[in-house]
Amino acid sequence: MKAPVRPPIHGLMAEFSTPQDVVAAAHKVHEAGYRKVDAYSPYPMEALSEALDFHHSPLPKLVLAGGILGGLGGYALQYYTSVIAYPLNIGGRPLHSWVSFIPPTFETTILGAALAAVFGMLALNGLPEPYHPVFNVPSFALASRDRFFICIEATDPKYDHDETWRFLVGLGARAVSEVEH
Amino acid sequence: MADEPHSQLLPAQAPIVGGRHDFATVTDKISSVVLTQKTPRGWFVAVAFSASLMLMLFFSLAVLVTKGVGIWGINIPVAWGFDIINFVWWIGIGHAGTLISAILLLLRQEWRTSINRFAEAMTLFAVSCAAIYPLFHTGRPWLAAYWLMPYPNTMGIWPQFRSPLIWDVFAVSTYATVSALFWFVGLIPDLATLRDRARNPLLARAYGILAMGWRGSARHWHNYETAYLLLAGLATPLVISVHTVVSWDFAVALLPGWHATIFPPYFVAGAIYAGFAMVLTLAIPLRKAYGLEDFITLRHLENMAKVMLATGLIVAYGYTMEAFMAWYSANPLETFMIWNRMTGPYASMYWALIFCNVVAPNTLWVKNLRTNVPYLFFISLVVSVGMWLERYVIIVTSLHRDFLPSSWGMFQGTVWDWSTYIGTIGLFLTLLFLFLRFLPAISIFEMRTLLPGAEMKEPGQ
Repeated sequence: MKAPVRPPIHGLMAEFSTPQDVVAAAHKVHEAGYRKVDAYSPYPMEALSEALDFHHSPLPKLVLAGGILGGLGGYALQYYTSVIAYPLNIGGRPLHSWVSFIPPTFETTILGAALAAVFGMLALNGLPEPYHPVFNVPSFALASRDRFFICIEATDPKYDHDETWRFLVGLGARAVSEVEH
Repeated sequence: MADEPHSQLLPAQAPIVGGRHDFATVTDKISSVVLTQKTPRGWFVAVAFSASLMLMLFFSLAVLVTKGVGIWGINIPVAWGFDIINFVWWIGIGHAGTLISAILLLLRQEWRTSINRFAEAMTLFAVSCAAIYPLFHTGRPWLAAYWLMPYPNTMGIWPQFRSPLIWDVFAVSTYATVSALFWFVGLIPDLATLRDRARNPLLARAYGILAMGWRGSARHWHNYETAYLLLAGLATPLVISVHTVVSWDFAVALLPGWHATIFPPYFVAGAIYAGFAMVLTLAIPLRKAYGLEDFITLRHLENMAKVMLATGLIVAYGYTMEAFMAWYSANPLETFMIWNRMTGPYASMYWALIFCNVVAPNTLWVKNLRTNVPYLFFISLVVSVGMWLERYVIIVTSLHRDFLPSSWGMFQGTVWDWSTYIGTIGLFLTLLFLFLRFLPAISIFEMRTLLPGAEMKEPGQ
């Protein structure tokens, strides 16, 4: 696949030292109309996701689907085993003794849902991702310690290198830097 | 500590995070245990000791598969001996990890944050130890694949889904899988922290691979939090189901002493009780050795003691009900069973169990004892012994004298029973020490959320 013409850099990254600053800045970035934006924080911040309007996660639906599949699969497995593959007559009890199939069905439901939650989360986040441009900013290593970042990507329609730079500086960022590809 | 700003979080109570910490110091302090602190000499001694016990386990298992299960004390009538006692004991210990990480998360018990990581690790290692027993109890663990797992094999044989034993296979293997996933998901952001802070490039690369490119993006956190919460919601009924199914291994049988409807709730409570005892046994030396008293505070220890007291009372209720039902049912076999427990050849074990699980934990009503760290350590060991005795009494005394006096017998663990049991403790400790050395024992990113600096005003202000 031929890459489309891509901007010379990935985007501009602003650095903040407190959670309050980064959330205030994220609100302004969103108000200014930037949409190809991501923020980085060392711990989950609901306020930050809200500021950038990341509301919807399709994960719960995936988990529900995983649970239903797990449950149906578990029950079907037991039905196949006890009625079709290996019918055992024990004291004339019905082969399809569904009551005793419930505990394993419960377990496979949980298993299917949990697998969907973990692998669904990884897939939605695009992980594992061996390379990402934001790591080219040297101070970004602190995003996993005590620093907060907002990155406006160059593919954003509103993006203009100089203007966006000035905008980010105006937000009270402690530093603004270019993110190389 | 009232003069410290952190106490604003929870007035009138000791803070969850002691000392003066911010995002940086919390990160540095916890990650330094793994990355920069010199490995204490005690760690090597401890690993050498526990790994020797682990080798004893491997040796005992090798002898077992060479000679067969006859080297254990099991026989007819007591065909379930140490293997099932220890299986239930280990599985029960594991339950506290899930309780702390999932149920206390859903109940918004923020204090759980500093103990959930290593409690979850404890769950994983305890389940690994537990899984050894039923597998090797089959005598031919390499054949257990088709005994336990439903898969199309050349013999056309399938497991029997009307038996609680196969339910147990599904419950325990699901539990092991979900616990491992939950633990690993919780580790991802911290692995990223270690990746960014490791100075050794090889180490940074290893943590980097495990962190899978985690960068703390707000989009990612959003999905991550959803996944974590859903996993907690799934693990909560799971953990209750696991020990319920374990109790059905007994309760579904028609044996006096096993055939009781009280078993599921009383087993689940016993599991949490034993598990919290083990968390205390591990947390108390851990916080001391690594100087983590700011994160695992007296408040944590006291809360755990309270959980132990509460679940201990439920367990005591279970014992009372067993005896009451034996009398109230007017069933001579039930009456004989409980009488045999209290006065028969294993009476000393029964009364030791009552002392350890009913009398001793009631001292935790006293606040001075509940906040006395050496005493808590001592009581946690007493409870662990008590819970082992409980399973011993339930299994052995119910089996050894059944309906026909002509088939009565006695059970005693052999050297190999003991060496396998002590060996699994070695395996458990070895895994735990390796975990402490290579992974952050306290969840760093969750600790950050507890700091006063992380408090947010209403968005948009």
